Amino acid sequence: MTRAEVSTLLRGDTRANRVVPPTGYTAHLTLFVAGAMAFLVVFALALALASGRIADRWASELAGAATLRINAPAEQLAAQTEAALTVLGQTPGVASARALSAEEQVALLSPWFGPDLPLDTLPIPQLIEITEGEPGMDVMGLRLRLGAEVPGAVLDDHTRWREPLVEAAMSLRRLGWISILLIGGATAAMITLAANASLAANAQIIEVLRLVGARDGFIAGAFVRRFTYRAFFGALVGTLLGMTGVLLLPEASDAGGFLTGVGFQGADWLLPIVIPILGAAVAFFATWAAARRKLKELS
Amino acid sequence: MGARVIELENVSYTYGGGELLSDVSVQLQPGSFHFLTGPSGAGKTTLLKLCYGALLPTSGRLSVFDQDISSLDRDQLAVLRRRVGVVHQDCQFLDHMTLAENVALPLMVSGRSESSEQDNLTELLSWVGLGARLEAHPPELSGGERQRAALARAVILSPDVVLADEPTGNVDWEMSQRLLRLLIELNRMGKTVLIATHDMSLIRAAKSQVQARVLRISQRKLHLAGADL
Repeated sequence: MTRAEVSTLLRGDTRANRVVPPTGYTAHLTLFVAGAMAFLVVFALALALASGRIADRWASELAGAATLRINAPAEQLAAQTEAALTVLGQTPGVASARALSAEEQVALLSPWFGPDLPLDTLPIPQLIEITEGEPGMDVMGLRLRLGAEVPGAVLDDHTRWREPLVEAAMSLRRLGWISILLIGGATAAMITLAANASLAANAQIIEVLRLVGARDGFIAGAFVRRFTYRAFFGALVGTLLGMTGVLLLPEASDAGGFLTGVGFQGADWLLPIVIPILGAAVAFFATWAAARRKLKELS
Repeated sequence: MGARVIELENVSYTYGGGELLSDVSVQLQPGSFHFLTGPSGAGKTTLLKLCYGALLPTSGRLSVFDQDISSLDRDQLAVLRRRVGVVHQDCQFLDHMTLAENVALPLMVSGRSESSEQDNLTELLSWVGLGARLEAHPPELSGGERQRAALARAVILSPDVVLADEPTGNVDWEMSQRLLRLLIELNRMGKTVLIATHDMSLIRAAKSQVQARVLRISQRKLHLAGADL
């Protein structure tokens, strides 16, 4: 189908719209389906975008950091910490290394043990925060050297738990996009069914139009315009409702975790604008294909 | 226009394994008037549908305005139908549109402006005696009014041929005479007219007003009749 044909079908002869009766259950069905599907697409889109953002954030935030834990008897803790900092200071790819203060360690543990933790009476390991520089450190080499010089040191480069989290976020993003495709396919199928039902219900009208010399394009155009506009308005309402729903979701916060981050941010809010247009496009092609097929059958 | 408006050469039509028309040959000259008669189920409607391309011959050659109808695509057939006005027994209207809109339907599908043709439309509806019913909807019309409206719709594009399938089947004698007079008037304007009917009294009534050729279908064949009328 050429662009000129699409334009002709969409603009067409507005008088021709009158030849198809304006009411019927297919009208309500198309509006409802387009609206409901657009509503679902908004949420699938929000989920896909939020998952992508989270995957990117987790990957970038955790990729450049590592933690060194010193498990040693209290009397050796300071010496081993000092030795570890020396090793880290000599290691290429380590931008900075800093031993956490007692207050910082209490802050880390307080969510589990409460704020009144008697740190000095517990055998708590010393944590060293490592920030990687470019081009990154040789983790295996560093582990070997620490093993030899700081026997109580355990290096955690976060890979072990970062990768599954990032993979989970990426999977959610894929699921979001697959959902959008499935919703689009289901919309096309349902609009095709509605268009077929409408064409069958109006078989006599088609016969009259044929009798008076109407071309297939004229007849198909009357149905295509009807379904395209219905799908557009249905999808527009569904999209607006969906965006309102997303707007009412709780804002992202550390306390809320992942669930509070689902939504649109910044320019993402512009993306749902394309949903009614895509809905109309899906309806246009589904109805056009159904009309051409039906008109051939009726000849 | 060529020497023949419609020409059938050895046309046969088969449907569902049964042959409805066999080896039919006939020519309709421009400006001629024909009756097509025969018992119910003989194939009159089938022959009419072949003449405007609603059906295609199983074998043989059928040309309309010197175009082989089997060689035309669907859009070309649609354009050809604008030159052939058709009146069905059951009329077939779009019930949600007014009478005026229904009659103007051929103008709409052919891309002609209804507003510029408004005078012609009003005049045409007055000619068929429906000038006061422009805004009525088809379900509000009587059988005779529907037939006259169907005739008006069939001729609004000023076609070269008018095909009428049992146009008087649902109307009383007086109305059938009125419709016949309209069809004869169209013929006098130069239109080729073919009327399928089993109403022999209509044919007898027409004989005194117009020079008509009578074709009879029987046993799937087309015969020239006349002597027995």
